[in-house]
Amino acid sequence: MVSQKEVSAMKGTKVLMVGAGGIGCELLKTLALSGFEDIHIIDMDTIEVSNLNRQFLFRKSHVGQSKAKVARDAVLRFKPNISITPYHANVKDNTFDVDFYKQFNVVLNGLDNLDARRHVNRLCLAADVPLIESGTTGFLGQVTVHVKGKTECYECQPKTAPKSYPVCTITSTPSKFVHCIVWAKELLFAKLYGDKNQDNDLNVRSGGASGSSDHVEDVFERKADEDIEQYGRRIYDHVFGYNIEIALENKETWKNRTRPRPIYVRDVLPDQLSQPQPNGHVDGSECAVGDLSSVSAMSSLSLKNPQDIWSLMENTKVFLEAFKLFFTKRQEDIGNLVFDKDDQLAVEFVTAAANIRASSFGIPLHSLFEAKGIAGNIIHAVATTNAIIAGLIVIEAMKVLQNDEKNYRTTYCLEHPTQNMLLMPVEPSEPNKACYVCSESPLLLEINTNRTKLGDFVEKIVKAKLGMNLPIIMHGSVLLYEAGDDLDDDMVAIYTANLEKVLSQFPTPITSGSMLTVEDMQQEFTCKINIKHREEFDEEKEPDGMVLSGWTQAPPPKESNPSNGENKANTSLSEPLNADSDDEVEVYVPEPVAKKRKHSDITKETEEEEEDELVVLPDANLDFKKKKLV
Amino acid sequence: MGMEGEELTEQETALYDRQIRVWGADAQRRLSKSHVFVGGMKGAVAEFCKNIVLAGVGSLTLADDRPVNEEALWANFLITPDESVYAGKSVAEVCCDSLKEFNPMVHVTIEKGNISSFDEEYFNKFDIIVISCCSLETKNLINEKCRGLLKRVGFYIVDCKGSCGEIFVDLKTYTYSKKTEGETLECQLRYPSYEEAVAVPWKRLPRRMSKLYFALRVIEKFEQAEGRNPGETSEVDLPGVLKLRKELCGAHDVAESFVPESLLARLVTDTREFPPVCAILGGILGQEVIKAISGKGDPVKNFFLFDVMDGKGKVEDVSPFK
Ligand SMILES: [Zn+2]
Repeated sequence: MVSQKEVSAMKGTKVLMVGAGGIGCELLKTLALSGFEDIHIIDMDTIEVSNLNRQFLFRKSHVGQSKAKVARDAVLRFKPNISITPYHANVKDNTFDVDFYKQFNVVLNGLDNLDARRHVNRLCLAADVPLIESGTTGFLGQVTVHVKGKTECYECQPKTAPKSYPVCTITSTPSKFVHCIVWAKELLFAKLYGDKNQDNDLNVRSGGASGSSDHVEDVFERKADEDIEQYGRRIYDHVFGYNIEIALENKETWKNRTRPRPIYVRDVLPDQLSQPQPNGHVDGSECAVGDLSSVSAMSSLSLKNPQDIWSLMENTKVFLEAFKLFFTKRQEDIGNLVFDKDDQLAVEFVTAAANIRASSFGIPLHSLFEAKGIAGNIIHAVATTNAIIAGLIVIEAMKVLQNDEKNYRTTYCLEHPTQNMLLMPVEPSEPNKACYVCSESPLLLEINTNRTKLGDFVEKIVKAKLGMNLPIIMHGSVLLYEAGDDLDDDMVAIYTANLEKVLSQFPTPITSGSMLTVEDMQQEFTCKINIKHREEFDEEKEPDGMVLSGWTQAPPPKESNPSNGENKANTSLSEPLNADSDDEVEVYVPEPVAKKRKHSDITKETEEEEEDELVVLPDANLDFKKKKLV
Repeated sequence: MGMEGEELTEQETALYDRQIRVWGADAQRRLSKSHVFVGGMKGAVAEFCKNIVLAGVGSLTLADDRPVNEEALWANFLITPDESVYAGKSVAEVCCDSLKEFNPMVHVTIEKGNISSFDEEYFNKFDIIVISCCSLETKNLINEKCRGLLKRVGFYIVDCKGSCGEIFVDLKTYTYSKKTEGETLECQLRYPSYEEAVAVPWKRLPRRMSKLYFALRVIEKFEQAEGRNPGETSEVDLPGVLKLRKELCGAHDVAESFVPESLLARLVTDTREFPPVCAILGGILGQEVIKAISGKGDPVKNFFLFDVMDGKGKVEDVSPFK
């Protein structure tokens, strides 16, 4: 299928690449080498120092320049006679409309966020252009093929929460515990115990709007005559107290969010307790130096059960004790520590810091056991995985260009061989007939129509759930809302007023049985939503106060025990990887959700299996099959 | 930290930040002290070199005295097709210049001469030896030299033939740590040499073994018997290859259909490296070498095979001992 004949068939085709990052650099190179001669590439990012260790088309001298443009120039050096058109722009820009997409034979995604992926998926469906999706985290990766009417679209299976987080969510507006973990591990831990010269977003943000960066450096340094307990309390007050106060000054940020609460040591620990009195089998001196498990704030404080959720006071004690132990028992490590989930003291510190931050932001606290699992699964990009994935994308692209439908494959790149495979192909799923994106099935929205405003619906459903960029909302023939820059002032006034109206109070009331049409002109995507009134919602389980359903939900986890990440290569098969994690922080949260897949010859081979670990296959018939070495 | 040798420099820590978060500072330290040799700079090896230079090995030595020509340019993004740049230089020299740019912290050099003439003492300078596009004799010769050394030198063969690819791994006796459920296990693997591996009777190998493995052995034998350079075949050779298949299948006491004709036909005809397969082989090999140097993660034992046709990237254990 890839004889020279076919390679030359690639010559007339026009390809759109979205993303010139980790996967993008590899992909552009492999496309050019493989004989593609007309490649367009969109990326809004500029080059950063931390990209250089894997985005091999970029050099130090390129820092600050457009990734798309520099990548083009670099590839033209070894393939001078092809055409590469770079766009230093956001893929969501209006210029990239359906007509723009229609000029391409295939679209290849090397993106790092769910939002953009959904956007591109819709445009590809609207333009009827095949899409090849990809993602990597650490040593894991996958490539999927999406051809309208033939295979499932990117959104046929509901996507769980995005797994990569913008830096500002981490530094300023956490809303989930995992955000607090990322902050504690990647920013605070790295700042205090890691390499001081590393870029760290804590530098920039912790000084707030007023502080200069010099000032910030001083805050984290130990002062000459400062005793270790004072130092710890000062850091505590700075990051959980002062920094929150500074953040609160930015009123705009908190308009639609719960305001965080500054926390100071003095508020949490009554005076007599503010100096932790280690009790029991303490002191650490009895333990061998260098044994990571021996120095522990938990044992100093006689906290035994890692499954317990500590109170704010306990977390504060653990934080201060762990801080002290690092500077007294682990001094030689400071300056080059990297978080390791097997380093007890590091896990204790990160758990406590994340919980204190969670407490400040009104997020539920978690046990050390849970926190360790989350922190241990934060995965960064590796160059080799990106290279492999790029190769697989080009292979699928060639099949798509030849309409070789029978051979389209979803391919998983694994860390440990499964059924002897490091690269495992499976047949792609068929389109989900109930998919609200690629089929026209209506969705169902349960909502309290007597209390909910149109604005809540726009924010929580249309933007957050349906991923629309510039929505129009119609009730029958009545236009309720429209977004865009080209609207008349009086229309804007009407729409703004409408956003404040409760659904049932429109002249044509929206109540049970109403059907709304929501449309995004740019995405050329329309969906219909049936409304069903419901009075009460569970505040914990249904925090939006409304429930959208209608397209097949992933089956509930049958066995929620994927352990602490050792089997992630396998469990991850069930859930698409959402990012080439690049410089956003990627968190892999094991979610044992199986997808229905057709499978080729996987089942019949299983009896010959000799795996020495748990195996979870991407196959509904073999849901969570466990195999052990006999 | 318990490791001998210096700490990582600040510059290293900053550049390698993301990967240190993946495999740890200890692994990065070992990487930056490791010395890698590659012989035969075609597409798959170019991909591999890019990966390990980015990862930050200590040094990389390239050997390939071929002059740069049309053929050398194929699938190799390390060569700028500009005569004013490459005129008078060997493939290794041009690739060396490109690789240096990828990471100024890696010492990239070249070595001239025929690699089969390099002695044990020469290979003793390295931790990893990778060869590509070599005859069967050269593979065995260099493999034996590596195995004869007191220290363990990881030996790898990588080849891309059209839309198929193969990696062979020999780590002699290899001990590594493996983390399971919080416990760290010491694991030990015993590898056969290339000669020992390919001599394993086909009948003894698992039924579901990748057919590509057998087909590549037939082609390899054919090239050896005919005195061809690797990849120097075309469709006119198919009858000869099929004849050899008959002999080999007879010797191994298996039916001829054991090695599909269609696969042999592809391998004989389609000899040019297919760039996406080069990317995959270079990626897997890069990962394997990083594992071997850092002593972390299960290494491939002892063949990795990939064929675009079925899209499977399989690991096969071909070993005379259990
Ligand atoms: Zn769909």
